[in-house]
Amino acid sequence: MMEEVKDVSAGSVHGDTIKVTEVLQDGDTLTFIIVSQKLSGTGEYHVDRTYDDFEWLQQHLYTQEDVPGIQGVIFPPLPVRPQVNASAKVMKQLGFLALGEWQPYCRALETFLQQVVAHRLLSKNPALELFLTSADPPGRQKIKKNLFNRLSQAMEEMRKEGHKDVDEFFQTVRDQNLQLTGSSRTAAEKFLDVVLTEQKIAVACGHFSAALHLCVEPGQDPDHKAFSRVCVKLSEVFDSMRKSMMSFSLNDLNTLGLGLDLESRHLEAEKEMLFRRTCKLVELESARRNAERAKPVRKAAMEEVKKASETEFEQICEVAKQEPLSARPCGNAAEESDSVV
Amino acid sequence: CFNWLRCDFCSLQLEEEEAKSSFDVDVAVTNPEKVGDGMNAYMAYKVSTRSSLSMFKSKAFTVRRRFSDFLGLYEKLSVKQSLHGCIIPPPPEKSVVGMTKMKVGMDDPSSVEFLERRRAALERFLQRVVSHPLLLQDPDVREFLERDDLPRAVNTQTLSGAGFLKMITKASDAVSKMTIKMNESDTWFEDKFQEVEAEEQQLRKLHVVVDSLVNHRKELCVNTAIFAKSMAMLGNSEDSTALSRALSQLAEVEDKMEQLHQEQAASDFFIFAELLADYIRLLAAVRGCFDQRVRSWQRWQEAQSTLQKKREAEAKLLWANKPDKLQQAKEEITEWEARVTQYERDFDRVGMAVRKEVLRFEKEKTKDFKSQIVKYLEAMLQSQQRLIKFWEAFLPEAKAIA
Repeated sequence: MMEEVKDVSAGSVHGDTIKVTEVLQDGDTLTFIIVSQKLSGTGEYHVDRTYDDFEWLQQHLYTQEDVPGIQGVIFPPLPVRPQVNASAKVMKQLGFLALGEWQPYCRALETFLQQVVAHRLLSKNPALELFLTSADPPGRQKIKKNLFNRLSQAMEEMRKEGHKDVDEFFQTVRDQNLQLTGSSRTAAEKFLDVVLTEQKIAVACGHFSAALHLCVEPGQDPDHKAFSRVCVKLSEVFDSMRKSMMSFSLNDLNTLGLGLDLESRHLEAEKEMLFRRTCKLVELESARRNAERAKPVRKAAMEEVKKASETEFEQICEVAKQEPLSARPCGNAAEESDSVV
Repeated sequence: CFNWLRCDFCSLQLEEEEAKSSFDVDVAVTNPEKVGDGMNAYMAYKVSTRSSLSMFKSKAFTVRRRFSDFLGLYEKLSVKQSLHGCIIPPPPEKSVVGMTKMKVGMDDPSSVEFLERRRAALERFLQRVVSHPLLLQDPDVREFLERDDLPRAVNTQTLSGAGFLKMITKASDAVSKMTIKMNESDTWFEDKFQEVEAEEQQLRKLHVVVDSLVNHRKELCVNTAIFAKSMAMLGNSEDSTALSRALSQLAEVEDKMEQLHQEQAASDFFIFAELLADYIRLLAAVRGCFDQRVRSWQRWQEAQSTLQKKREAEAKLLWANKPDKLQQAKEEITEWEARVTQYERDFDRVGMAVRKEVLRFEKEKTKDFKSQIVKYLEAMLQSQQRLIKFWEAFLPEAKAIA
């Protein structure tokens, strides 16, 4: 039953209560059950969504062109598309999220939704309300390619990444982000290796335990019985070692593993925001040059373009400063930077 | 009737032997040292013996031996008629790769591991030899332990390349190809032989599994070390001091974990994998004893058939009336009658020896496995306790992250 969307800005769902409670597998498709508490306190919303629906939501968040400085937002990262019986390449991309029977993946989707609902700018998007409350899946129409899609695919834009900043505060944030993104990605990858090896050890312990059981010798001979007893006891020991190793690896997966994964994807999202800002800066500087060199005929038009660029850039910086940045250079730098642009 | 009596006597003897089962000899193989240079270099091991037995010249003594000396000892023991039916512990395998590394003088972890593995295997070999009541009495064994300069062993070719197991299998095949098939009056031997073969297969399977476990643990060591480094780097990149400190501490704990995993892998390997490998080879040696008994029987049968032919020849000569050749024939018959009696006695003796040996072997095996498993479990308990301590020490750091 379709709920009437009354107040778009407030949303009708309690962000903290959003849970991805189940994942259902039907052949190759995965469907996620999302449960959230109504703000009014009168019950719950239960909806089922596929990854396509999540992508739909993300696209809508990206295309909020009416929000000034939207490009300065660190968009909560959506995990990579899940694949049943994934290829080795996809497994590597998914990392921790591919393990543990999709439980970590559900946690990642949960975090995504909770972060969107908690964001002061993104939570106002009507698509979010539809996504969380509508019994039917939201529309699956193709979103036209927008600024974000182009940027994330353009390789030649990568040259701009190193462009020197005009603002000391942001330069520091960018440098810090670069370092952290690298380190956290490496840490996540290496920890994944550890967790996978722990699982291999658990399996090997299981094999040993099973093989020992086959060594049990029949017969009444006291030596045979003694030897069989020893084998059975050892088999039990190795079985409990298997359980212990499995629980080590599951625990590692669900705590530090998931944490490192979320952290490194968040840092990537921050990196993308900083890059968008840098591209805007490059655009602004080139607009300024054009305005200066313009012939009198074109001068007024160029000035308009320059003004628009300046406003956009300022708005992006404003929004960016209020985002949860990984680096917080000391207060003085932040204050000074406002006067530089 | 005679068979029953023989069996009773056999079991009485067994009981007697078990009563005086305590022996008093302690051997250790230690201190491998490189002797010489280049391709003629070799490793010399210190062999130390402590014993209160009167057959030795003193209570404690040391000699230096090289690997081929151990092989030489095995060679000497395995060809002795008097020791037929005995389960002689097999020596460790030759390894061309390992020895070349030694000569070239590499210090990498795999060479160090190879050396330790060989030293431990040589020690176990000697310990098994001296704990065998018959072998301990053997003059070659005493000479090996006591004599200062041992003549270089020359007959170790049989143990090269193909290795001990292949040698036993080849001998087995030769026995089974012999024309006179043994009709077993005593099913004990047939049953036992099948048991031994089945057990060898089971242990092989176990060994494969343990091997893969050891490899995974080594992999975990490597991965943990790499992860610890990446955490240290992350800690350095972080701004917030509490978080940075916690990450660095975590990196240190993971380093300690790597150390633990390393020890656990060594424990898995030296306690289990080597134990299983030893027993796979010991079971092959047991099979070898059974084959010796069959060959002994065949020798007896062949002698009986030769005797029969000689008697038939004598009968022909009597009929043909050739007195001078007759005398020779009579002498040959006497000779072969003696041989038949001797070979029958040998066969009985080998049969009794094999029975005794197998029973002793099974007891030793259970004892060995039990003691190794206890060692393993105690080591693991300790390592788990250390693991808990490491993580408990880290917990306050983690909680301190603002």
